[in-house]
Amino acid sequence: MLEAYPDNRLARILLWSFCALVMIFLMLPTLVVVPLSFSASNLLEFPPHAYSLRWYETFFGSATWMAALRTSLILGTLTATVAVPLGLLACISMNRLGGKAALTIQGVLLTPSIVPGILLAIGLFFVLAAQRLVGTLFGVLVGHVVLAIPVACIVLLPALIRFDWNQVQAARSLGANWAKAIGGIIVPQLRISLLSATLMAFLTSLDESVISIFVASGQNSTLPKLMFLSLRDQIDPTIAAISTLWTVIVVVAVLIVTLRQKS
Amino acid sequence: MTVIADPALAADARRERRFFLSLSLPALFIVGLAAILPILWIIRQSFLTTGGEYTVGNYEKVLSSGLTWSALVTTLELSLGTLAICILLGTPLALALASARPKVANLLMAFVMLPLWTSILVRTYGWLVLLRRDGLINAALTGSGLTAEPLPLAYNFTGTLIGMVHYMLPLFLLPVYAAMRDIDANLIRASASMGATLGQAIRMVILPLSAGGIFSGSMMVFIYTIGFFITPAVLGGGKVNPLSIRIERTLSTFQDWGSASVLGILLLVLMALIGMMFLAARRLMARNNVDATDA
Repeated sequence: MLEAYPDNRLARILLWSFCALVMIFLMLPTLVVVPLSFSASNLLEFPPHAYSLRWYETFFGSATWMAALRTSLILGTLTATVAVPLGLLACISMNRLGGKAALTIQGVLLTPSIVPGILLAIGLFFVLAAQRLVGTLFGVLVGHVVLAIPVACIVLLPALIRFDWNQVQAARSLGANWAKAIGGIIVPQLRISLLSATLMAFLTSLDESVISIFVASGQNSTLPKLMFLSLRDQIDPTIAAISTLWTVIVVVAVLIVTLRQKS
Repeated sequence: MTVIADPALAADARRERRFFLSLSLPALFIVGLAAILPILWIIRQSFLTTGGEYTVGNYEKVLSSGLTWSALVTTLELSLGTLAICILLGTPLALALASARPKVANLLMAFVMLPLWTSILVRTYGWLVLLRRDGLINAALTGSGLTAEPLPLAYNFTGTLIGMVHYMLPLFLLPVYAAMRDIDANLIRASASMGATLGQAIRMVILPLSAGGIFSGSMMVFIYTIGFFITPAVLGGGKVNPLSIRIERTLSTFQDWGSASVLGILLLVLMALIGMMFLAARRLMARNNVDATDA
């Protein structure tokens, strides 16, 4: 864009060195954790004097951490299983209705992503307390599903705009009912977008912390809740090991989504 | 719109519309159950005593407490501070990315988006490791002799602000970068050929044309940061108390559901007010643009 100013070398150098600093600022906290997770010491040493896998062993050997990991994985899977079909149906509805009706539905479905997490969390806590459901997996699940529905819709809505609806028209005129049309035509053709939506919904649940902190407890504590509690108390290098694993998993997942979308 | 004359066809169209409407009912139902009902419940709870009787006492108690008003001030300071730093850091970064070759820009964007995809707890932990008294930054500062004493960077306002800027910067960058990338390069060429310096081109062409993106980014920063919980809870170390932290403390330490609900409503009102201010500002900006083109 600035090629009209080729001889402004100084300005360009200043701009790019400034950018380099901002990029370092953005990457540093994620990257600094990786070498620490392989440290052999209890203390924060950088770079570590000796390397070991002891923090990974602590993580995988701890019953509490493993229970939290299991809860988080189950919760993520359930969230994706519920949120993606609901999101797909809602997107089909918005796509076909169009106009004011679609905008209203979209507005309602997006509410959870605008309202501060802390409000959803305490509100959900009150509602669940009245039903004696605080601490159950169900309570956290509904919280995660409402957060994952908008995420799924962001992926699926554009995919449906590109979808050729004449195919459904043809199938319908040949006698297929709607369930058949959706399952037999829409779902197979949208499978890549559906895969992305599933992964994003899963990650949304895996990453969610505020609702978990207020609503999950005991056996059903999620990984982020346990991480939050141990961050508040002391700096436990086990968190560095978890953080490293987490970052690797998320980067791989995001790479899969972006590469799939390109191909 | 097409007018359907045949009554049978019209009935068909109506039935089909009803069917499509029903497809979004499951999603709407669960959003109502797990997002809208909880908000209504907060409103109800704010008018109840611990015994479950109707009262306005919670409002009197919360609104007359100095802690509430200092929490409100802290909330606004954190949001405004984050916004100011995001504008200062993000706008030049967006300009550089928009002026880079597309391949380079895409690669750099992937790096910018990395923190967005990392768990907030992972990032907060990373900042603790960097900012604590015995953390890496202080070790580097005292080790190199730049400062004699370690600086208080974590467990205070500074640490919270750093964590929040780190969270919001990628989200602020996205709309600004999109707006700048869409600027027609010929406009810059034209201003160069008419003798504008680089500074003038940035000030008089690029910034006005990306104002919409900066505006959306700012609105996003405000709406997100106003309810931030994890970052002040961990990096604030108990010394930084915005509304979100007061809500949590009132609920879990004092078991005072009524007061926690009043604080929640305060947060909601604050968000609505700021949202309306942004929308009014946008309308004003749009009108000024029309005036400018008319003139």
